[in-house]
Amino acid sequence: MITETQESYQADERGYYGDFGGAFIPEMLYPNVEELRSQYVQIMQEPSFQKEFKALLKEYVGRPTPLYYAKRFSKKYNTKVYLKREDLCHTGAHKVNNTIGQILMAQRLGKTRIIAETGAGQHGVATATVCALMGLECIVYMGAIDIKRQAPNVARMKMLGATVRPAMSGSRTLKDATNEAIRDWINNPVDTHYIIGSVVGPHPYPDMVARFQSVISAETKKQLLEVEGRENPDYVVACVGGGSNAAGLFYHYLDQPDVGIIAVEAAGKGIHTGESAATSALGHEGIIHGSKTLLMQTPDGQITEPYSISAGLDYPGVGPMHANLFRTGRGEFISVTDDDAMQAGLELSKLEGIIPAIETSHALAIFETRKFKPDDVVVINLSGRGDKDLNTYIEYFGL
Amino acid sequence: MNRIQQKLQEDKKLLSLYFTAGYPNINDTMSILQQLQDSGVDMVEVGLPFSDPLADGPTIQESSTAALKNGMTTQLLFDQLKDVRKTIDIPLIVMGYFNPMLQYGVEKFCAKCQEIGIDGIIMPDLPLAEYEAEYKSIFEKYGLINVFLITPQTSDDRIQQIDAASNGFIYMVSSASTTGSQSGFGNTQSEYFERIANMDLNNPQIVGFGISNSDTFQAATAFAKGAIIGSAFIKHLTAHGADSVKAFVKTIR
Ligand SMILES: Cc1ncc(COP(=O)(O)O)c(C=O)c1O
Repeated sequence: MITETQESYQADERGYYGDFGGAFIPEMLYPNVEELRSQYVQIMQEPSFQKEFKALLKEYVGRPTPLYYAKRFSKKYNTKVYLKREDLCHTGAHKVNNTIGQILMAQRLGKTRIIAETGAGQHGVATATVCALMGLECIVYMGAIDIKRQAPNVARMKMLGATVRPAMSGSRTLKDATNEAIRDWINNPVDTHYIIGSVVGPHPYPDMVARFQSVISAETKKQLLEVEGRENPDYVVACVGGGSNAAGLFYHYLDQPDVGIIAVEAAGKGIHTGESAATSALGHEGIIHGSKTLLMQTPDGQITEPYSISAGLDYPGVGPMHANLFRTGRGEFISVTDDDAMQAGLELSKLEGIIPAIETSHALAIFETRKFKPDDVVVINLSGRGDKDLNTYIEYFGL
Repeated sequence: MNRIQQKLQEDKKLLSLYFTAGYPNINDTMSILQQLQDSGVDMVEVGLPFSDPLADGPTIQESSTAALKNGMTTQLLFDQLKDVRKTIDIPLIVMGYFNPMLQYGVEKFCAKCQEIGIDGIIMPDLPLAEYEAEYKSIFEKYGLINVFLITPQTSDDRIQQIDAASNGFIYMVSSASTTGSQSGFGNTQSEYFERIANMDLNNPQIVGFGISNSDTFQAATAFAKGAIIGSAFIKHLTAHGADSVKAFVKTIR
């Protein structure tokens, strides 16, 4: 499931996707990042690693996740829609594929202390979960504002034995939690591994996280072959915050030109309202968290605060893989407003009996405007379930 | 010869101070520089504030946030420094993060620095490999010295590489930490300072991070050529105001 493809839309050896990527890190982080960079591919390819990774994905996470043909949803939009059910993963989202991989990596590097950042708390929960599983110390940085907004996930992390530390700097949300995690790593260079939650950060993180998530498209290929008689759909669709669920679904299709790639970003209240997280539309090339990529910033190069109703899409940058898909035109980028996403979430619940995470609802919303042919096969990454978002749904719909 | 190189040849231990431009007040830049020079400070790092300063602890983070709120921008700093060489002759280094420099335009930024009379640049998140591949020729074209950092975790091989790529001094980070997180030096630091001193590098070393008073300044310069003070100076400015520079320098030497 982890392949060594080095084709055009994959990262090159220096961690570049076209113009984007690299490792723009202070010297204090160099030994840590270099240790990881020089070993990650080799470690991932070791048979013992593969064996343990696959076993945990199967027995602990519950993989393979189903590829479900959404009959009533397909009928409504007059095309063939499959849902890749990452919402059925343990902890409720795709995030755990990555944390399982990284905890095994951390163990092999001899690390005993784990740090992570989290926005909505999904990645924090997935990290706290694998730390409990392996008996490792876990510290999760979370913006002070997000701690208030996402109380149930904070409680989950605490039950799992993690320490949740509030990020008090800057805007006190996800980007600041990431800054704090990086600062922690600078201060603890020997015993600590930083489990980044998406395909962002300095090389090798974007490529490593994409490889761990690539199990999503590896399974999709097999499953689609069984039901449609072909491995390749006509389109793959995923929401993009940092871009990890998208990277997982796109991974084995990146260099298959017959597969259309559709990335869905959060427009928030509308792209031009000043309250948006649509990085491809609003971002410019720059450096965020050690990676050269597209990010939302002022003309003076100060990173700005994004907005989306969905905390998981509320990141001012995007992984370098996606920046390259956007710039080269390989990917089609669509942005969806809060309102359209919320309606799509409600619609899927009623049509298919599946309450999606609000992040995922963004990907579902494109069918109102983006039309597909009746015999097109479209695979959507159903990246997470809506339990964590119930309060937002309740408030929004007055349930 | 560049002012930094000249200064490094003086037979004394160098005291260098960092402050965040635009803090405490937007227009303090020139006054702080003048006071620093009048107090006998050897060199200054002028901090260009950034929204997300990864390598900095709370003190410099807060001064950066305040400076940005006050309205500091790259262009405004260059405007404030326009006539700096009429009154200030100690070496000046711009220290910041790479993204604002990238948005201004790396070449335009360097050209502006040369025009003003800036001598060097410290960008902690512009690493050696990226610098050598993409930007070295531009820095050199405008006569700017790029300063690299090393830490107690930096391997000897890499220190040699950094030494070979440097043409001024090496910024020796005193411990594995962000700025301002330390209150004194222990045996680990002394051993590290001595180890580096014994490597006989081509470039002199100046120690930074965790230097806050006369004692830490003495300890740092026992082996190194000089020391840089940042957070402690910012704290002093916060407590005593922008006109109190001389009083702070007096407590150091
Ligand atoms: C269910 C779900 N989908 C998507 C995302 C966005 O992250 P990424 O773009 O890395 O998949 C998150 C992040 O928290 C999430 O919880």
